[in-house]
Amino acid sequence: MAGASKEIRGKINSIKNTQKITKAMEMVAAAKMRRAQQRMEASRPYVEKLKRVIGHVANAHPEYKHPYTQPSEHKKIGLIVVSSDRGLCGGLNNNLFRRCIRSIKEWQENGATVELALIGRKAETFFKHVGGNVVASVVDLGDAPHAEDLVGEVRVMLDKLDSGELDTLYIASNEFVNTMTQQPKIEQLVPVVADAAQQEKMPVYWDYIYEPDAKTALNTLMNRYIEGLVYGAVVENAACEQSARMIAMKNATDNAGKIIKELQLAYNKARQAAITQEISEIVSGAAAIEG
Amino acid sequence: MAVSMQVDIVSAEQPLFSGKANEVFALAAEGEVGILPHHTQFLSTLKPGLVRIVSGDEEEHFFVAGGILEVQPEVVTILADSAIRADDLDEAKALEAKQRAEEAMKKAESEVDFAKAQAELSEAIAQLEAISKLRERLGKRGLTVSH
Repeated sequence: MAGASKEIRGKINSIKNTQKITKAMEMVAAAKMRRAQQRMEASRPYVEKLKRVIGHVANAHPEYKHPYTQPSEHKKIGLIVVSSDRGLCGGLNNNLFRRCIRSIKEWQENGATVELALIGRKAETFFKHVGGNVVASVVDLGDAPHAEDLVGEVRVMLDKLDSGELDTLYIASNEFVNTMTQQPKIEQLVPVVADAAQQEKMPVYWDYIYEPDAKTALNTLMNRYIEGLVYGAVVENAACEQSARMIAMKNATDNAGKIIKELQLAYNKARQAAITQEISEIVSGAAAIEG
Repeated sequence: MAVSMQVDIVSAEQPLFSGKANEVFALAAEGEVGILPHHTQFLSTLKPGLVRIVSGDEEEHFFVAGGILEVQPEVVTILADSAIRADDLDEAKALEAKQRAEEAMKKAESEVDFAKAQAELSEAIAQLEAISKLRERLGKRGLTVSH
C-alpha cells in the first residue's frame, strides 16, 4: 500500500510542475496580449484613412478606372490565410482552417480555381498536409509583425491579379471580438468594396489632380490599401493568438488544479488504508501473542 | 489665426500626427508641394523626405519613407510607408515568398541583400538631405538642431 501512495505523490508532483509551466505561459500570453492589442489599435487609423481616401476616389470621376474596382467573375480566386507561427492557442487556427476548407470547397463547386498564399507556420503545416495550390508563404513574423515583411506575399498575389491569373482576392483571419472570443472570418479584398458609409455627399463632378499620373497614383494607392488590410489582419490575428493562448493556458492550469485535487484525495485514502492495515496487523499480532 | 485644415499623417504601424494646420509641405512625385486650406483635390505618391506642418508660429517635421498624399479642400491625408519601397525590392520579396512556398531551401539571398542595401542607402541619403535642409532653415533663424 505504501508503494501506491508513493506513486500518487510522484504523479501529483509532476502535475504540479506542469501547472507551474502553464501558469507561467498564461502570464506571458497576458502580457503579450496587451502589447498585441495596442499594436492592433495603432494599425487601425491607417486603414481608416485609406478607406476614407478610397471612398473619395470612388466618388470622383477619374479618367482612369482601376481594375481592382471593377466587378469580377469569381472564377480565379486567391486566398490569403493568416495563421500563427506557434501552437498551444486552443482551437484558434483549426477553426480558421475549417472555415477556409468550407469556403474553398464552395468556390470549387462553383467551378472556380483557388490559389493560396499563407502567413504563419501553422497554415504551412496544415496545407502541406491537406494539399492545396500554395503560391506564396511567409513565416516567423514574430510577436511584433512589420508591414514590410508582408510586402513580398502581397506582391505575389497582386502580380497575379494584374496579369489576370486571379480575378478575386480574399483574406481569411481571426477577428478579435474580445479577450474571450475570436471569430474566423473571410473578407473580400479585391474587387474593392466601396464602403457605403464613405459615400459622403460631394461636389457633383470633380476629379483629382494626379502626380505623376492617374494610373501610377491609383496603383500605389490600391497596392497600399491591400497591404494595409493584410497588415491589419495580421496584427489582429496576433492579438487573437495571444488571448486564445492565455485562455487555453488558464484552462490547462485549472484542469491541472482539478486533477491534483482528485489525486490528493486518492493519496489520502491510500495513506489511511495503509495506516488502518498496519494497525490491524499490530492488533492481530498482539492478540496472537496474548492468546 | 488664419484659415486651417485637418491634417492626418498615418503609417501602417502607428498614427504619427493628427491636428489642425495652416500649411503643409511635402515631397510629391514631381517636386515639393505646399498645400494651403481649400486646395483643390490632389492625389500624389510621395518621395522619401521631410513633411513640414505649419500651424501658427509652430512647425512640426516628420520624415516619411514615401507614401501617398491626398488633398481635399478641408482635409489633408498622408499615408506614410513604414519603410523605403522600391520596385525591385518588392519584387525580390515576392520572389522570396514564392520560393518559400515552393519549399526550395536555397533562397536568392544575394539578390535580396543587394536590393535591401540599395534601399537602405537611398533611405539614408534622403534622411541626410532632410536633416541638412532642416539645419539650414533653423540656422537662418539662429536656432540649432542637435543630432
